[in-house]
Amino acid sequence: MDLTLNIWRQPDAVTHGALHTYQLAGISEDMSFLEMLDVLNEQLNAAGEDPVAFDSDCREGICGTCSLMINGQAHGPEVTTTCQLHMRSFKDGDTITVEPWRADAFPVLKDLVTDRSAFDRIIQSGGYISANTGSAPEANSVPAPRDKAMRAFNVATCIGCGACVAACPNGSASLFMGAKITHLGELPQGQPERYTRVVDMVAQHDAEGFGGCTNIGECTAACPKEIPLDVISQLNKDLRTAMKQGR
Amino acid sequence: MAATDPSHTTPLNSAPTQISDDARGYYTPGEPLVDPVAPTGPIGQRWTQRKFDNRLVNPANRRKLDVIIVGTGLAGGAAAATMGEAGYNVKSFCYQDSPRRAHSIAAQGGINAAKNYKEDGDSTFRLFYDTVKGGDYRSRESNVYRLAEVSADIIDQCVAQGVPFAREYGGLLDNRSFGGVQVSRTFYARGQTGQQLLIGAYQAMERQVAAGTVTEYTRHEMLEVIVVDGKARGIIARDLVTGEIETHLADVVVLATGGYGNVFFLSTNAMGSNVTAAWRAHRKGAYMANPCYTQIHPTCIPVSGDHQSKLTLMSESLRNDGRIWVPKNKEDCDKDPRDIPEEDRDYYLERIYPSFGNLVPRDIASRQAKNVCDEGRGVGPMVGDFRRGVYLDFTDAIARLGEDGIREKYDNLFDMYARITGENPYETPMRIYPAVHYVMGGLWVDYHLQSSIPGLFVTGEANFSDHGANRLGASALMQGLADGYFVLPNTIRDYLADGPFEKITEDHPAVVEARTQVEERVTKFLSINGTRSADSFHKELGHIMWEYCGMERSEDGLRKAIDMIRELKAAFWSDLKVLGTADSLNQSLEKAGRVADFIELGELMCIDALNRRESCGGHFRAESQTEDGEALRHDEEFAYVAAWEWGGEGGDPVLHKEDLIYTAIEMKQRSYK
Repeated sequence: MDLTLNIWRQPDAVTHGALHTYQLAGISEDMSFLEMLDVLNEQLNAAGEDPVAFDSDCREGICGTCSLMINGQAHGPEVTTTCQLHMRSFKDGDTITVEPWRADAFPVLKDLVTDRSAFDRIIQSGGYISANTGSAPEANSVPAPRDKAMRAFNVATCIGCGACVAACPNGSASLFMGAKITHLGELPQGQPERYTRVVDMVAQHDAEGFGGCTNIGECTAACPKEIPLDVISQLNKDLRTAMKQGR
Repeated sequence: MAATDPSHTTPLNSAPTQISDDARGYYTPGEPLVDPVAPTGPIGQRWTQRKFDNRLVNPANRRKLDVIIVGTGLAGGAAAATMGEAGYNVKSFCYQDSPRRAHSIAAQGGINAAKNYKEDGDSTFRLFYDTVKGGDYRSRESNVYRLAEVSADIIDQCVAQGVPFAREYGGLLDNRSFGGVQVSRTFYARGQTGQQLLIGAYQAMERQVAAGTVTEYTRHEMLEVIVVDGKARGIIARDLVTGEIETHLADVVVLATGGYGNVFFLSTNAMGSNVTAAWRAHRKGAYMANPCYTQIHPTCIPVSGDHQSKLTLMSESLRNDGRIWVPKNKEDCDKDPRDIPEEDRDYYLERIYPSFGNLVPRDIASRQAKNVCDEGRGVGPMVGDFRRGVYLDFTDAIARLGEDGIREKYDNLFDMYARITGENPYETPMRIYPAVHYVMGGLWVDYHLQSSIPGLFVTGEANFSDHGANRLGASALMQGLADGYFVLPNTIRDYLADGPFEKITEDHPAVVEARTQVEERVTKFLSINGTRSADSFHKELGHIMWEYCGMERSEDGLRKAIDMIRELKAAFWSDLKVLGTADSLNQSLEKAGRVADFIELGELMCIDALNRRESCGGHFRAESQTEDGEALRHDEEFAYVAAWEWGGEGGDPVLHKEDLIYTAIEMKQRSYK
């Protein structure tokens, strides 16, 4: 198939960027979206033009490195990551606009590459269970109810890609944060720090410049791992309990 | 199992004597190698005794000791967290934008541990035995026993961190059987075990970042190790955003930088997975052990065309219900498989291996798939001159269990397949083909995980480790976390007990030299100004490696490959084209450095494969097979670890042999007929 690509080009974090148009011919529908960009980059390299910088690593939908707003949608038209999106989701002759994640808390570093280290700092603020190596009790000494363990697993599948933030009109990271709070809050091991965790993570979230949640739901619609919206309810419930406890 | 001497002091095999010398002319024989810290005594007490014997570091001294850990996968992330908790001053480096993205995250199946929760006869000794046997008797028994011993602690640690393992209705942990073993010792979190374990290690590490004991450097790539007076004292790293070349000094350096499967260009590894850290260390004096041991996984989604950038693995549990076949006749290969009648199909694994059938080990399933495709009976699209695919057919299983039954077991895999290929595997047979998945080879380490450079430790897939010539399923995660949480912290302290070492500064000649080397290399890449991208060289290297150093290797093929790689290396350094600048985010430049090192590694892999004129584990030499075409080991010649020393630019590598002597297990040939 032949395509017209409008791609955001920005040389570095401080210089203004703009959309540039490229023509691409002979793209196979079996290519992944990122392989299509690989083809473009080979073409650019041959022509002496700087290739388009974009993030990707595992290319099997689990590491969370890839991003991209594709025609205004985080990770494009399917419920999956950009690396698992294939060109058969597009038609011959299509024009595709490719931009980096849009959010103040994810500044652009170059072209389509953004800085998502704010997510690491949210985890540092409390997204863990304190258990030094060697201090753990026998694994089966604390049973965890199966339904709660399954819910914990389901939300722990978050890959930290940032699509939720990019899709949110407020640039909120509530879905990301809610997934972690729910994951750890559903397990018996997560109880001792449950209410300090939520307070500390929310404070860090706000300090990073993420916006507030107004229950729009774009986050869960864009999430490649289909993290449900009710993790944000869990987040708010835990936060309310924490505040009642005066934390 | 034969009764063995309980004090484990009597050797059960004699030292090998190599008679064949296929690689003559390509290497220099070196002095024999002995692990200087190998433990002795009853095998079950070796690690306990060693933990006691190893010196301690006073807690007050720990914060004065600087520890660099490169890589944040299971081995590196777990080590950074644990060393941070102990109070050392840790600097952690990764090329990814976050430590959580390291490629351990992609492991699907599970993690083994000798908990014996199923009361099905499992034990530390059985896990040890299975691992040594599965590795085709090419690993060190002391190391493997230790791995089996700490495996149970790993599960305790992960559960305490909140890793959401699968559970039974009573709330206790569930296990499954995995990878052909007869006990259920695999803990799992659906098909995403690696992800959950990595997130556990990552969170523990981030907690230490907040506590101030760990400093993390993301989007940083290690490009050189600094060796001062024979000891590793730091690294040179490039900030991948600003391009700045940075010097980081320390008392000890740990490489947890993963495997080098991407030397084949196409593999199940991440795009960024590379050998550079390990290879730079190798060039500075760290031996590379058994580089030819590569694991090729049989159930991957086939290549669809030349554009392909990576291969995707599907859990081999699919082989429990799918039947593997190709057409008997070449003429049928482009037909719709549903139109090929039963009598024209060749269920070749069931035919050749009537007792194990489709469940033969990974290496056998992979090799036979290649054989039928090489005969021209492969299916799927033509890629180059061949169709590279075989059918994995669920028609019988769907008839037996119903479509819903299959959906319940495999729906995420079927969805993934449909997304990538655009075909519906419920209606038409899946196509699969083997792909490079894991490397058992890596930097040589002693029992303390210390390389041949004092002060340089290597953990996880990056070391040559515990898997011998072949790794069992669900054992990579076990080894990564064993090294990171429990082994390294207990061995590195014996080294650090002599520290803090003499302070060095950035103007030390060895530091300046390392830094200059890195800067000159970067400048060189940008100034060649040829016509070809680094990617195009990488693809070409991958073709050579896959063809001649892949599933089946022969003397002639390997010699040819070595010549081709040498030509490719010359072409690379004269015709490479890297645009952009050194002082910016430049992904082409990153790639160029990685490909340059892959080319040199590829040559060494071929020399190692050429020297090892036997078939063992993932290494199959055409010249060493039984009349039935099965792998044939030659313990009397090759029961040794091949540790290669860098022979200098343009020089031949030097081969040091470490004999493998067993005292607790007797060697046997395997058979799956």
